[in-house]
Amino acid sequence: MSDVTPPAKRRWSLWLPLLLFGLFVALVAWGLIVPKDNNVPSRLVGHPLPQFALPAGAEGKPGLARADFAGGKPRLLNIFASWCIPCAAEAPQLAQLAAAGVEIDGVAVRDRKDDLAAFLARNGNPYARIGTDDLSTLQLAIGSSGVPETYVIDGKGTIRYQHIGDIRPDDVPMILKKLEEASL
Amino acid sequence: MIAEFGLAALWFAAALAFLQLLAGALALTGRGEGLGAVIRPVAVVQGVLALVAFGALLTLFAETDLSVKLVAENSHSAKPMLYKIAGAWGNHEGSMLLWVTVMGLAGGFVALVEKRLPEPTMQATLAGQAFVSLGFYAFLLFASNPFDRLSPVPAEGNGLNPLLQDPGLAFHPPTLYLGYVGLSIAFSFAIGALVTREVGPAFARAMRPWVLGAWIFLTLGITAGSYWAYYELGWGGWWFWDPVENASLMPWLAATALLHSAGVLAARNALRAWTVMLGVVAFSMSMVGTFLVRSGILTSVHAFAVDPKRGTFILALLAIYIGGALTLFAIRAATVTEGERFAVTSRESALVFNNVMLTGSLGIILMGTLYPLVTEAFGEKVSVGPPYFNPVTAIFVVPMLIVLAIGPLLRWRRDNVKRIAPMLAIPAVLAVLALGAAIVLAPGRVLPIIGLALAPAIAAASVLPLRGRKLRQVKLPLWGMVLAHLGVAMALFGMASDSAFTTEKLVAVRVGDVTPVGPWSIRVAAVEPIAGPNWTALEAEMQASYEGSAPVVLRPQARTFWAPPQNTAESALHTRWNGQLYTVLGDQAADGRWQLRLWWKPFVPMIWLGGVLIALGGLLALLGRVASDVRRLVVRDRIAFRRERQGR
Repeated sequence: MSDVTPPAKRRWSLWLPLLLFGLFVALVAWGLIVPKDNNVPSRLVGHPLPQFALPAGAEGKPGLARADFAGGKPRLLNIFASWCIPCAAEAPQLAQLAAAGVEIDGVAVRDRKDDLAAFLARNGNPYARIGTDDLSTLQLAIGSSGVPETYVIDGKGTIRYQHIGDIRPDDVPMILKKLEEASL
Repeated sequence: MIAEFGLAALWFAAALAFLQLLAGALALTGRGEGLGAVIRPVAVVQGVLALVAFGALLTLFAETDLSVKLVAENSHSAKPMLYKIAGAWGNHEGSMLLWVTVMGLAGGFVALVEKRLPEPTMQATLAGQAFVSLGFYAFLLFASNPFDRLSPVPAEGNGLNPLLQDPGLAFHPPTLYLGYVGLSIAFSFAIGALVTREVGPAFARAMRPWVLGAWIFLTLGITAGSYWAYYELGWGGWWFWDPVENASLMPWLAATALLHSAGVLAARNALRAWTVMLGVVAFSMSMVGTFLVRSGILTSVHAFAVDPKRGTFILALLAIYIGGALTLFAIRAATVTEGERFAVTSRESALVFNNVMLTGSLGIILMGTLYPLVTEAFGEKVSVGPPYFNPVTAIFVVPMLIVLAIGPLLRWRRDNVKRIAPMLAIPAVLAVLALGAAIVLAPGRVLPIIGLALAPAIAAASVLPLRGRKLRQVKLPLWGMVLAHLGVAMALFGMASDSAFTTEKLVAVRVGDVTPVGPWSIRVAAVEPIAGPNWTALEAEMQASYEGSAPVVLRPQARTFWAPPQNTAESALHTRWNGQLYTVLGDQAADGRWQLRLWWKPFVPMIWLGGVLIALGGLLALLGRVASDVRRLVVRDRIAFRRERQGR
């Protein structure tokens, strides 16, 4: 090309693109190897519940407010909805927990009164209180990204643990353990 | 039989690609006596065989041969013919077959017509093309065979995703692929030039038409995809900074930079190493984009065909090809001598600035796309959207647009600001006037105001290079540049106007109600059920009247497809010279009212008209370049012929 070739200079900057590409490969290789976890954990674990007061959602059960979580005893806060199929799937596990003496409060998200009553009639009602959260206000405030989700709240109203998705039969002992830890 | 025939063609094509690579390597190392001569014919036949395989797949889809797994999974006998055929590339395996077909055809085409470069450089280029093709043939044959049979044969297929059953999308993937994969030629040219140390103006001139061709398709593909997302998804937006969209934008940015730097190298023999680098980067971005989309590593609304195992395969290909090319670059670029020098005020400097800004925006978009993955590595989950992309891209794009107005007026090598200052008076005045108007009309919206102020100035400046010339004698590439820059101004205006002036209405109405949206009043006359070939729908009849004039009728639908079962909202649009009315029919509420989403979007079609204009500019430039190349070849042949006769 050119008649006079100057002595090739060592230019380290020329290796820079390869270095950047190496970093890219390392990053995406890591992303491929590590199993994908699409859960979005709440940032509020370890923080107290925000103030809220939700109207009652079902006949014979009171509504739910922040003050209900200051009783000194840990409780479960279960986010559910009648239109949510995994919620029906976890109903037996909630019943099992209730039978073990756990106090469970429910928050029905974006639900209708009739549908909710039918859901409780069909799947049982393990809840001490049921609040309705028509616009997902509480759901968003406690960092829940879907239904069902279950929170362990200690006796002072602090969120101690967040369980994303339905509670499977094998999860029950773990939930009971978390409740025990929360009461310490 | 057709499936086996297609598979056989694919195996033969792969074998020929191997032969092409082997012959090239032996010829270049001086061991293959006469082997160099077979490379070009082999490249052509390889391309034809890939096309035959693709034709076989098209036939299988057209006939809805359900014994083929891919057809059963992605097609259905009741689909309209257009979507049966489009189904061939509306899935992972078929689109990868399209990928190798485009690579093979592009390589074959280069082998047929490209005669300007020294033969060793061409051999290295074609061997490079075969090397890259080989990896993708392997990927198809070992990890994504499109011709796999299915037993037992199902009675009916699963159908194609209804969102893809749209004429716009039938042609969007092939167009995009011609661009995406066409850039492989630039990659191979860069490899060829590095291997044979032939980085110079001849290399740039040889590469330029191919880059231009790929770039035209890429521009059209992105424009079509954006318009499809706009009207088919029913969200009223035209760009979402989704990873898949970014995957198509990044090669486009690299190719745009490459076009401009190849221009400098061809005309002035400067920016040598940089141009080669961009040749490598452009197609690398295509491959990186494909990897990001197919591996499922990033969460995307476009996740039509995701499989982590395939991701690993593509990552291995990336590491080999991009890693190899960048290593070659690092070793050889040190021996590429510095090109011609130029002054700070010169056309070259403006183009360097354009290149830096394009590359910068590419880098910042790549970072934004990968950022969620980076933070996840440190245990944080984030998503990156318009609040990041819009301002950071603007940081690079706004200065670039200003230089776009000035650069084409500058002379090569050295120029004087004083010479061009008077010419810029008109755009400057326009910019100030538009800025004032925009601040009044869209107060407080920084980016739209900048866009509205810049667009008229860029439009005026983009025709200035024609000043003082006899229009009949203006060469096609110059017309091309003027048109493309005008298209940029137009698209910018559409984007700014859309975000500054759009009015949106979300209402629930009864039949007979009238709703105002911007200058329109819209009356729902009726909502009735209708049936299509593979769907049923509720269709609203809307009578829309613009400022009290005679109403036009729009018919948005809420469609229910039955194979696969899925609901889509088919929006209805009405376009006027000054904007677009966008209507979507939603669900019926319990009280019988219909949910409607209505938008009035002033000047929004200019976004896509601008995109088409940019592509048209590219086409004019391409025609001009090819015509002058052909003329030069004819003259050269005549001279050679005459010399030969005189010699005797």
